[in-house]
Amino acid sequence: MRLKEILGRMHSRRGWAVFGGAALVFLVLLPLSNSLMTPGSALHLPDHLVSLLGKFCCFAITAVALDLIWGFAGILSLGHGVFFALGGYAMGMYLMLGIRGQGVYRSNLPDFMVFLDWKELPWFWHGFDNFFFALLAALWVPGLLAYAFGYFAFRSRIRGVYFSIITQALTYALMLLFFRNDTGLGGNNGLTDFKQIYGYPLRLPSTQLALYAISAGVLLTTYVLCRYIVTAKVGRVLRAVRDEENRVMFCGYDPRAYKLFVWTFSAVLCGLAGALYVPQVGIINPSELQPSNSIEMAIWTAVGGRGTLVGAALGAFIVNGTKSWFTGALPEAWLYVLGAMFILVTLFLPQGVIGLGTRLMAQAKSRRAGAT
Amino acid sequence: MTTMTSTGSLPDAPESEPPTLRKEEPKPSKRPSSGSRRRPRAVDQERLKTLVGGRKAVLCVDAVSVSFDGFRALNDLTLVLDAGELRCLIGPNGAGKTTLMDVITGKTAPDEGSVFLVGHGRDLVGLGEHEIARLGICRKFQRPTVFLGHTVFENLELAMAGNRSVWHALFGRITAAESAAIDAALETIALTEQRHRRAGELSHGQKQWLEIGMLLVQNPRVLLVDEPVAGMTHAETERTAELLVSLAGERTVVVVEHDMDFVRKIAKKVTVLHEGSVLAEGSLDEVQADPKVVEVYLGAPHADG
Repeated sequence: MRLKEILGRMHSRRGWAVFGGAALVFLVLLPLSNSLMTPGSALHLPDHLVSLLGKFCCFAITAVALDLIWGFAGILSLGHGVFFALGGYAMGMYLMLGIRGQGVYRSNLPDFMVFLDWKELPWFWHGFDNFFFALLAALWVPGLLAYAFGYFAFRSRIRGVYFSIITQALTYALMLLFFRNDTGLGGNNGLTDFKQIYGYPLRLPSTQLALYAISAGVLLTTYVLCRYIVTAKVGRVLRAVRDEENRVMFCGYDPRAYKLFVWTFSAVLCGLAGALYVPQVGIINPSELQPSNSIEMAIWTAVGGRGTLVGAALGAFIVNGTKSWFTGALPEAWLYVLGAMFILVTLFLPQGVIGLGTRLMAQAKSRRAGAT
Repeated sequence: MTTMTSTGSLPDAPESEPPTLRKEEPKPSKRPSSGSRRRPRAVDQERLKTLVGGRKAVLCVDAVSVSFDGFRALNDLTLVLDAGELRCLIGPNGAGKTTLMDVITGKTAPDEGSVFLVGHGRDLVGLGEHEIARLGICRKFQRPTVFLGHTVFENLELAMAGNRSVWHALFGRITAAESAAIDAALETIALTEQRHRRAGELSHGQKQWLEIGMLLVQNPRVLLVDEPVAGMTHAETERTAELLVSLAGERTVVVVEHDMDFVRKIAKKVTVLHEGSVLAEGSLDEVQADPKVVEVYLGAPHADG
C-alpha cells in the first residue's frame, strides 16, 4: 500500500512509536490532565509553564523550518525572523482589531492610531477583523515575500555566506521600516494589549492551554511534513544541490525551482509559528526583527543537530529553556552563555545534541555486544 | 553493450601505482547571468542545411566566438557532429576544448554564434544548463562529479531521464521500468554489489564509472566526455575505452583527451583545435601527418633549418 510505503520510508516502526508516544504525552495527556485536575495538584502543570511550553513549540516549528533549508538544502538563512515576525504581525492585527472599544481611548480604532490622530483604518488593515483572513495572511505574506526574495537571489546564483548576509540585511531593513510610525503597525511599541482571540479571552488559562495544544499539534504536523519532504525524491535532489549544484543542473534539474520551493515552504511555516506565538506572549513589536533574533534561530538548529529535524526542535527547547532560566536568575550572563553554547557545539558536537545521543547509543550498543 | 566484469587485475595493470589526479585548472567561465542571457533564437534552417550538407548530423556548432577579458578562447569555431559517431577532440592546452564543451552545455554564453541540435527548433545558446541537459546533451566532467553523500543507487535515480519537476519529486514514485533501467546500468558499470554504498566510499575508478552510468540512464543523444581516463589505471582505461566505443552508434560521443594512445584506441575521426578554431579534422593518422598539426604540437621549424 502506498501510505504504508511512505510511512515506512519516513521512519522505522520504533521511530513511529517514539513519535506516537510524544504526541500522546504532549497533545493528549498534558492538556487533559491540566483541564481535569485542579491547579496546585501534582498532575497540573503550572499555567506559566504551559504558556512557556506553547512558546517553545512555536520556536521549535521555526527551528524545524530552518533546518529544512539549512540542513538539507545548504541554504543558511539568517533572516527567518522576518517571516516569523510577519506571521506574528498578521495575527497581531487581528488581535488588535479584536480589542474594539475596550482600549484606553474607548475607540473602535487601535489605540496607537488614536494617539497618532488617525481618523480611519489604513487600507491594508481591512479584512483583519476576520480571524481566517488574518490566519491566511500569516501564511501568504511571508510566503510571497520569501518567493520574491528567493526568486531574485537564486536566479542571480547567490549562494553560501553571501545569501546569509543578504537575509540579515533583509531583516534589518524590515526592522527599520516597522519602527516607523508611518508604516501603520504601531511603530516602536508594536501591537499589544490584546483582549480576546476568536471570542475567547486571552487571560483565561484554558485559552492559553488550548493555544499551547494547537502549537504542539502544529509542531508535530510540521515535523511530519518536513520529514515527508526530506525522505521523498525532493529531499535527495536538495541534498544533491547542497553538495554538487552544477552536477544537478547537468542532470537536467533546475536547482532554482527546488530551492525556491523549499525556501518558500520554510517561510510559510515560520509565518504560522509567528501567528501562534503572538497570542501567547501578548505582544509583537519590531524587536522581533532584530538581526540577532534570526541568528539565535540558527543557533537553536545548530545546537540540536543540523540536518535531523528532530534535533532542530530539540535545540529550540534546550536553548530557550536555558534562556528562560538564565534571564530569570542571571540576566546579564545570558548572551555569554548563548555564545559559549554555540562555540562548544561547533567545536565538539558538529552534529549537535542529537549527534551526541546517537554516538552514545552506538557506544553502548557495541559495549553490550562486546560483553556478551 | 559491453558488460564490464568485476575489477580484476589484468597482468599489466600497475597495481602498486595509485592513480594520480591531474588537478583541474580553474577555467574562467562566463556565467550567462540572467540579464545578459540571449533569448533563444529560432534555427535558421537554410544555414543549417548548408552546414550539414548531405550528412546525418546531430549537433552543429556554428561560428562560435568567446572571449575572456580580451583572450579569445573560441574564434569563429564551426563544428558538425554526425549522428552516432565517436569524435575525439585534441589540441594543446588553451586550444578551447573545454570552453567548447561549456558553450554546448550552456555553462558559458558565447559572444557570437549558435549551437543547433538537429530536430530541435531553437538555438541552444540562451537555454539554461538544465534545459540543454533535458534535450539529451550530457556531460562528464574531468574530475568525477557524483553525489558523494548519496548511495550508488540514489545517484542513478537522480540522473534517470524522466520528469524533473518539483511536483513529481514530491509525489511521484520510481516505476518498475526505471528500476530495471537502473539495475541494467549497475550491471554495465559493474557496481551492482555496491548499490547501497555511499558514492563517497568508492574508488576513483569506480566513481568515474558511476558517473558514466549516470550518463547512461540519462539516455542522452550526445555525450560529451572530458578526459575520461585521467587518473585511471591501465586496466580501467582499457575498459573505459571498450565502454565508450560500445556507446557510440546509438549515441554521439565526443571525447576530449590528451592521452594519444587512448585516442588511437577509440577514435575514428579526430578534430584538432588550436587557438579556438578547428585546425584539422580526419583520422588520427591523417591529422598526425598534417604539417599544420605537427607545427602546433612541435613548434615552428626554424627558417634557417
